[in-house]
Amino acid sequence: MKVRLAYSKVGKIRFLGHLDMAHLWERAFRKAKLGVAVSAGFTPRPKLSFGLALPTAGESLVEVLDVVLDPAPSAERDLDDLAPRLSAVMPAGVEVTGAWVAGPQSIQEDVVATTWVLAIDRDAHDTAARVAALVAAPEFWIERERKGERRRDDIRPGIFELRTDFDPSVLPADWRSEVSASALVEAVVTTSGRGVRPTELVDALFPGDEPWNVMSRVIRTHQWIERTDAPCAPFSVRARKELPHEQRIAVG
Amino acid sequence: MTSLWSRVEPLLARVRKPARYIGCEDGAIEPRHGQGKVAWLLAYPDVYEVGLPNQGLQILYEILNERPDAVAERTYAPWVDLEALMRERGIPLFSVDAHRAAGDFDVIAFNLSAELVYTNVLNMLDLGGIPVHTVRREPSDPVVVVGGHAAFNPEPLADFIDAAVLGEGEEVVGEINDVVRAWKASGRTSREGLWRELARIPGVYVPSLYDVVYEGERTVSITPRFADVPATVTKRTISDLAQWDYPRRPLAPLTEVVHDRLAVEVFRGCTRGCRFCQAGMITRPVRERPAEQVRTMITRGLERTGYNEVSLTSLSTADFSGIEDVVSSIVPDPTACGAPTVSLPSLRVDAFTVGLAAKVASGRRSGLTFAPEAGTWRLRTVINKLITEADLYGAVESAFANGWSRTKLYFLTGLPTETDDDTRGIAELAAGCVAIGKKYTSRASVTVSLGGFVPKAHTPFQWFGQNGVDELQRKINLVRGAASRGVQVKWHDPRASLAEGLASRGDRRVGRVIERVWRDGGTFQEWSEFFVLDRWLDAAAAEGLPVEWFTTRHRTEDEILPWQHLSAGLHRDFLWDDWRASLDEHGLPDCRWTPCYDCGVCTGDGLEHVVASPIPPAGGSQGTGQDLARGGDVPVVVRL
Repeated sequence: MKVRLAYSKVGKIRFLGHLDMAHLWERAFRKAKLGVAVSAGFTPRPKLSFGLALPTAGESLVEVLDVVLDPAPSAERDLDDLAPRLSAVMPAGVEVTGAWVAGPQSIQEDVVATTWVLAIDRDAHDTAARVAALVAAPEFWIERERKGERRRDDIRPGIFELRTDFDPSVLPADWRSEVSASALVEAVVTTSGRGVRPTELVDALFPGDEPWNVMSRVIRTHQWIERTDAPCAPFSVRARKELPHEQRIAVG
Repeated sequence: MTSLWSRVEPLLARVRKPARYIGCEDGAIEPRHGQGKVAWLLAYPDVYEVGLPNQGLQILYEILNERPDAVAERTYAPWVDLEALMRERGIPLFSVDAHRAAGDFDVIAFNLSAELVYTNVLNMLDLGGIPVHTVRREPSDPVVVVGGHAAFNPEPLADFIDAAVLGEGEEVVGEINDVVRAWKASGRTSREGLWRELARIPGVYVPSLYDVVYEGERTVSITPRFADVPATVTKRTISDLAQWDYPRRPLAPLTEVVHDRLAVEVFRGCTRGCRFCQAGMITRPVRERPAEQVRTMITRGLERTGYNEVSLTSLSTADFSGIEDVVSSIVPDPTACGAPTVSLPSLRVDAFTVGLAAKVASGRRSGLTFAPEAGTWRLRTVINKLITEADLYGAVESAFANGWSRTKLYFLTGLPTETDDDTRGIAELAAGCVAIGKKYTSRASVTVSLGGFVPKAHTPFQWFGQNGVDELQRKINLVRGAASRGVQVKWHDPRASLAEGLASRGDRRVGRVIERVWRDGGTFQEWSEFFVLDRWLDAAAAEGLPVEWFTTRHRTEDEILPWQHLSAGLHRDFLWDDWRASLDEHGLPDCRWTPCYDCGVCTGDGLEHVVASPIPPAGGSQGTGQDLARGGDVPVVVRL
């Protein structure tokens, strides 16, 4: 049975990379004595599939993982049981927040956008002004090297929302205590096609600065899917047409 | 003591693989510091990925933390990117457990498994704000201790350490803890007072309590400075592995490390008597773990860590007399994706062993590694690696027949008496293995891995002058030139072998070379991207020390060796006689199954070999080139 799990990854554990995290999950299922189906073939791999890669050092309240459990959970109670059982065997900072029977679609196909909150170690007024300027800009070109090739991309169309005034109550406790001196920026960016990374947002706001000197923390607070018939939790559902950047940009 | 986490944290997004600095592993113990406790920082002088799996460090971490009067944390060498940021901001070396500064600990204990890490030891002390020279340390500075295989000749580090521990640490750490605790309670008076107390513990060597006199290049005397300081320090050995079922809570890292699997040690020691092998010489006698305990440790370890692979470790696991018993008892766990994979990291070269490996390997069979070590039977008798060509071909045939398509063969070059025929014999053996493989698969390939031989202290070859860089390179080229199709040749940098030789058999003066190399920026010398031989040569020249004298020169029988006052239990006469026997091409059988030839370890220490079964495992031909008979009387203590 394919099960979709949602989990958070906050605190020290955010420094663990995506691939290491995948291996950690494999061990977690074994520690929790939950059988995972394996692929056929010469080198059987456990059937685990992960959503969007979370950049190393980025935190998240909503990560997702699809797993084919074998044997399948026999009752709804067993499904509810998954979260505490898995949280108990994962390191501190990883909390399984929910488990649902998953549909056939892959997570990768479902998710179209994600919300980030960036903790910016710069003056709040200056940050707000830069956010406003980027929102007003019709385009923003960045250059990066990929597979040995230099590419120029306009990332502005991939920024759906960008603002400094938003409700921070969703953030974990240490965020509210530790980053009080910084400015917070919330961004909704595309994840399909040419995705926009948090470090690129910082680069666009503070060109020339080393992004991790400007941004002390970054956390994913939401993932958005476009399908209405998909098992949607823990995501909010929006049709893609509701996210055209031209109309939806909020100004901080 | 306070945590440095808030200062380290902002740097981690900017460095490679930051997970190696966060701790949080399975098996990590939350440190509880407090009054009356001795705080240990267990340090591994290489990167986390290499250091975390180290079993010695894991065992001591657990044993110390079980004591009510001790607390232990761990640290590893920060990679160069983080080190640069730390130095820029004045952040000292920290523990990965609670991110405490190195200088806040009472003891810093380095695990030395190789010699080229010595510059990292100095770098870590310096990064920790601890004076690198022992004489410059105040009573408030941590006590710097080293242990591990390389500590059997700690002389090159004599100026930088307070003490070296020879042998196994399980018991001696407690005794050191008692001494340091009493010293702390008495108000940390002079360091010399502490040294005198430490030197009273068997197996603990305090270099500063000995006067070493040199005349020209030679060592003429090594003398204790006080009457109660022992003239000879002898290694520690635990008599019964069954009493030490550690680690009970193995550390399973979050991020990928070099040996990413559960490790269960099945025995210590090795009596095959390979003359080049320091590990085999200094860890005698053989002490096997009861098969039942091995099974328990496997089950418990897999449950705790979630690994599905276990490595049965020792110097020659196929020699474990309980091996078939243990392997046949590992069964699939219905909830855990089938049976765990068992890996046997040190395969003996024979068909029986390959059959065993085939039984336990699941899934992909990528490659199998054997270590014939030398290209001809003549040279193998010299080094006492008594495997016949038939053994090797039998093993390789069995490997290909069991589905493996790649074989890797380890060889040493630059061995005593090695002729060009011996060297070319490596290529011939490899060609023979490819021919066997071709019968089974057209993809058959054989990789030859060549290491330049570096003689080590406490072995019969400690008197041998190693080959220089040019000679090793010439031999490597000889093998490359003679290699036929299907044989790939890889080799270890002969320049690194020279530096390793200098550090391995060096005396106290070599410490100044190590210090210069470190000050010149030469850290991570085990890493080819950071190793530059000229740094070592220039440093030795600046100190007026001839590198050839320490490396390529044969020693004479009457020479006082720098480690003369340190003992691994082996009689010097035994080592010398074995050295002469090797030059006469005389092999020496495995004393586990044949009568004792009195190397000195068992008789001197009141120890005995401890094996799990009175019957030698099948297939072992070490000794005379003939199969050992099953059954019969063997002179061993049997623990069933």
